[in-house]
Amino acid sequence: MAETSQLIQHIESFVDSSHSPGQQAASLEAIASLLKNDQLTIETLVREMEGYLTTTDNIIRARGILLLGEVLVHLASKPLDDAPIHSLIGFFMDRLADWRALRGALVGCLALMRRKSSGGMVSGNDAKAVAESYLQNLQVQSLGQYERKLCFELLESLLERYPNAVASLGDNLIYGICEAVDGEKDPHCLMLTFHIIEVLSRLFPDPCGPLASFAHDLFEILGCYFPIHFTHPKVEDANVKRDDLAKALMLAFSSTPLFEPFAIPLLLEKLSSSLPSAKVDSLRYLSDCTVKYGVDRMAKHGEAIWSSLKDAVFTSVDSVLSFNPESLEGLDLPENEIAAEALSLLQKLIVQNTKMFLDLIVGDEDIKMIFNMISSYETYHEIPPQSKQRLHAVGRILSTSAKASTLSCNRVFECFFSQLMNILGLSVRNSSGHPSSDEGILISKRCNHGALYLSIELLSACRDLVASSETIPAASAHTEETWKYLLQNFSPSLTMAFCSAFICTSEDTHNADMYFGVKGLLILATFPGGYFLIPKTVFERILVTFVSIVNVDYSNTLLWKLALKALVQIGLFIERYHESEKELSYLGIVVERIVSLASVDDFSMPFTLRVEALLEIGTSGQSYMLKVVQGLEGTIYANLSKVHGSTNSAEIVTQLLKCYSNKVIPWICCAKGLEDVLLHFAINIWNQIENSMVFHATQTKERGVLDVMMKAMKLAVASCSVEKQNIIVQKSYSILSSSTSFPLKELFLQEGFQIAQVVDDSSIRDEWILSLFAAVIIAVHPRTHIPNIRPMLYLFMITLLKGNVAAAQALGSMVNKLGSGGQTSSDCTLEEAMDIILNSSLWIFHNDRSPDIQAKMTVVHDISCTSLQIHAIVGLAWIGKGLLMRGHEKVKDMTMIFLQCLQPSGVADISHQEKSVSENSYELDLHHSVMKSAADAFQILMGDSELCLNRDFHAVIRPLYKQRFFSTMMPLLQSLVMKSEPLSRPFLFRASAHIIMDTPLIVVLSDTKKIIPMLLDGLSALSNDILDKDVIYGLLLVLSGILMDKNGQKAVSDSAHTIVNCLIDLIQYPHMMLVRETAIQCLVAVSGLSHARIYPMRMQVLRAIIKALDDPKRAVRQEAVRCRQAWASIASRSLHS
Amino acid sequence: MTLGLINANPVVHAKKERVARSEDPHGDDAVDPLEIYDYVRDIRDPEHPYSLEQLSVLSEESITVDEKLGRILITFTPTIQHCSMATVIGLCLRVKLMACFPPHFKVDIKVAPGSHADEESVNKQLNDKERVAAALENPNLRQLVDECLYSNEL
Repeated sequence: MAETSQLIQHIESFVDSSHSPGQQAASLEAIASLLKNDQLTIETLVREMEGYLTTTDNIIRARGILLLGEVLVHLASKPLDDAPIHSLIGFFMDRLADWRALRGALVGCLALMRRKSSGGMVSGNDAKAVAESYLQNLQVQSLGQYERKLCFELLESLLERYPNAVASLGDNLIYGICEAVDGEKDPHCLMLTFHIIEVLSRLFPDPCGPLASFAHDLFEILGCYFPIHFTHPKVEDANVKRDDLAKALMLAFSSTPLFEPFAIPLLLEKLSSSLPSAKVDSLRYLSDCTVKYGVDRMAKHGEAIWSSLKDAVFTSVDSVLSFNPESLEGLDLPENEIAAEALSLLQKLIVQNTKMFLDLIVGDEDIKMIFNMISSYETYHEIPPQSKQRLHAVGRILSTSAKASTLSCNRVFECFFSQLMNILGLSVRNSSGHPSSDEGILISKRCNHGALYLSIELLSACRDLVASSETIPAASAHTEETWKYLLQNFSPSLTMAFCSAFICTSEDTHNADMYFGVKGLLILATFPGGYFLIPKTVFERILVTFVSIVNVDYSNTLLWKLALKALVQIGLFIERYHESEKELSYLGIVVERIVSLASVDDFSMPFTLRVEALLEIGTSGQSYMLKVVQGLEGTIYANLSKVHGSTNSAEIVTQLLKCYSNKVIPWICCAKGLEDVLLHFAINIWNQIENSMVFHATQTKERGVLDVMMKAMKLAVASCSVEKQNIIVQKSYSILSSSTSFPLKELFLQEGFQIAQVVDDSSIRDEWILSLFAAVIIAVHPRTHIPNIRPMLYLFMITLLKGNVAAAQALGSMVNKLGSGGQTSSDCTLEEAMDIILNSSLWIFHNDRSPDIQAKMTVVHDISCTSLQIHAIVGLAWIGKGLLMRGHEKVKDMTMIFLQCLQPSGVADISHQEKSVSENSYELDLHHSVMKSAADAFQILMGDSELCLNRDFHAVIRPLYKQRFFSTMMPLLQSLVMKSEPLSRPFLFRASAHIIMDTPLIVVLSDTKKIIPMLLDGLSALSNDILDKDVIYGLLLVLSGILMDKNGQKAVSDSAHTIVNCLIDLIQYPHMMLVRETAIQCLVAVSGLSHARIYPMRMQVLRAIIKALDDPKRAVRQEAVRCRQAWASIASRSLHS
Repeated sequence: MTLGLINANPVVHAKKERVARSEDPHGDDAVDPLEIYDYVRDIRDPEHPYSLEQLSVLSEESITVDEKLGRILITFTPTIQHCSMATVIGLCLRVKLMACFPPHFKVDIKVAPGSHADEESVNKQLNDKERVAAALENPNLRQLVDECLYSNEL
């Protein structure tokens, strides 16, 4: 019987109000789990609890009943027999009369009511009894908020789960509900109330049923909540939003047509309010009610609704039209919410009762007035703003009416379209049947803008109507539909009118002319359904007009842009609706003409515009882009052969290649399945080069051509798959080996300088080919097979010594990717390659033979020893970068060489021996530039390059490689700085600065304490040379990053004094404004450090900052004011102490 | 408020749109009236939670500057003729400009001619070095000025 005593204990603990809520909840859980696990039956529980449930002590009884109720909530999914359910519901039902213990009774009823049918439900009779007891005993509005909520929930579940049982209560029920909900104010309860009324109305749909007599009362209760207005958005109500309430109320409003006589007048009254949210709500409710109340009931209010709705549209529509090219198809700019709701209501009304509402619209005096008004103004700009707004409103109304249904479209066209045609001076006989007879005639006078605007609205509405209806109009079957008949007849003359809008006006052309003209033509051209509605001649005429604008009118920017946009839209439309007939015309007229723009040598039209036109048209569809690409490539090849002769061709090729790599290649990469295009492009370029190129002098122009060509080649290759890359590599290798003078096969058999000699004999053409080949190598995937790697390595090494950076980058890419693609058959492993590179005799810094070789190399290459060394360092840096990124240990050898060069002793070894061959008069100079490039090698190592070795070019990147390098190199550099001589110190700082700058800030932050001294020393050591200004700026940015970070601030707190001194020196930095500005910003950040640290420096900073107040640059002065304020305010006394 | 406000209901004007200056690295960045105006437009009025700009006490046109000679002249218009706050406003302007410009600039602060009943004495007071220094020694006045300058009530 331990269980029983335990149970009693739990019950005690729950009932006893002195226990904490946590304990009570725990004991509840315990009892519930006993029941769930069948260790206890519900009967036993009730028997044990008898005393608590029937005691006369109100508090204990209330707790006891609540416990039983809560336990039932926990047992929601446990199957129970009908008998206990019956007796329990009987008990709780009785307790509803016990107002002192009400909460438990409500919880219990609700828990039983909500039971699923699978686990035993309350029977219908019991439910009815509960409802009766509820109506008899509960005074809902006199209860507290939580009990009210429970009451409403109980009512809701009664109505929803036992509709038949409670419906039999009839009038009683409705009356009871009215009484219960009247005057409710709590948002949570209101949500329930609204829903209860909605469900109730569904329960009594009969128009003569019991609800009919109560409809007025019920609506009176509901109506006073409209429009929902939240005055005190309290925190606990945050989960009930205004919109939720408004939606719930709307559903209640529209729940039964019986509310119609009361609801519609109320809504119309509120619509006339000046509160925008009331207007929007009224319109939304009206829309909903329209659909639910039905035609007959709404018909009574037709006129009243129309006039209110018209007012709403007239006063809310925008009064300004935008004439931007973007708004051409720009799906009506962000429209006024009121207008949007009003128009959607209008559409619903028209769909419901077409005849009545169109009668209203047709007979409307205001609309007639607008039609009279537009004929009195010729141009859009003359119309006063207010009338403009009304004009737009009429436009929107007519367009909405036409869009509503085919029937309404007919009616609108019948009444208004012909009127508009009259105003425009177009007539049917002008064109009917024989569109060809008057093709040449242009309407000479300016068209009426107002009428043009309205016809555009109408046309676009019926275009949308056609587009939205599933069935494409079959020929002749529908000709009886008036609007189609009218449209067919008028389309040629309308086209003319639109054309003339932007052609004939000569002296005072307005934006409106062009916009209306282009927009009208665009709409005519984009009617779906083949050539049924718009004849082929008209369509082609429109295309020709646009194309000629693009070809000729490029000086008129707006018109040109509009026409181009329109062409793009037509292209998109053809793609979307698969209009095969129109596609042919489009290809023939538009695409070919535009593509020919690329090749025409006539220079009247600016080249950039041509390229823009080409690309815009291309983006409208895949098939067009392919044509455009063909055209582009054709022009590139044609001009490539002439590059050396005419600077013009070089210019064209440069432009086109740039456009190719910036726009076309990304587009092709996005559109799947077009890789072949890129493959052909790459192969064709190689063919061109093999066949026809004659090169001479490296003019700067041609150098530019090579650069852009390499870029395009890299991007094209990088976007291909491995198989296609293999093809390209094969092709380029065969050209490299067959049509250049490089003896690829024998290369590695010879001594370095001999090869150098051979390579040096190569022509400029050979160099082009080699550079382009390097570009291919840079971009390939690790899995792509590269033939004959060994000779390739030699070749690149020698050319890099001549100063060819692309060769160095290619070498870097090769060592980066070699052997990592999973292919084992490659003829050279990474280790072998590294041996070749490091042991090769051409490596001048490396072994004992170097002086000898160096001497020979300088003779062979005919360059000074210094530049030879610099080239070697740059080359090594790129190779090192490749190794560093894949995390190879050999990168250490590279960095050791750089560090050696950074120390005078290191270079001295070389230069000392060198004296025999070169004069020692410029020895110091030589040191400097070599040391500088050795320092900059670290920038190459750490920096992200766009040219090679990045993700786009499939580099192998080991995670955190920068962090690793940073943490191995910084201690080394620090110790070197300590030992260094004055001569080499700046270069060591420069090298470490590059590493610090390119390491992710978060890594630097974790090591701040150690880095800060180095960073500050660097800042002061480098601040004298103007060449170091970018480095200074980079270091300052790192410093400011540290100062902005919480942990960084803690770490630098000790060295605040040195930081401030260093920053104060930089305030006067003469070479770069950004440095001064950032230094001052850093000072502001320092002022946020702990007070005790910075207070002593305060006067020093304030004195220094005064000088910055006089800075020649405004930005610096403004920062100085901020800084002064920040530092002055850390003391209690102000600026003038 | 125990003491009545001097101007209980001032006319409030809209703030002018702040135009960002075009970024021109090689442009001439000489001190111009707009720069000075940008420093002083947000000073709060001693009486109301509005800026001097909103109360139309200051405008860009009322500031002249000669960078070569290092002279700045600000003419401000008190909201009403007998405004006793005119000197406080002037003091605020002076303190602000002292903070924003190096000491070699000479700043003259005047009320617009005809805008104040006691024009001459106000002008004299505002441009007297000794009296400005003395005023700033007064802790109450100093606090009022600081409130106006660094207030974020606006």
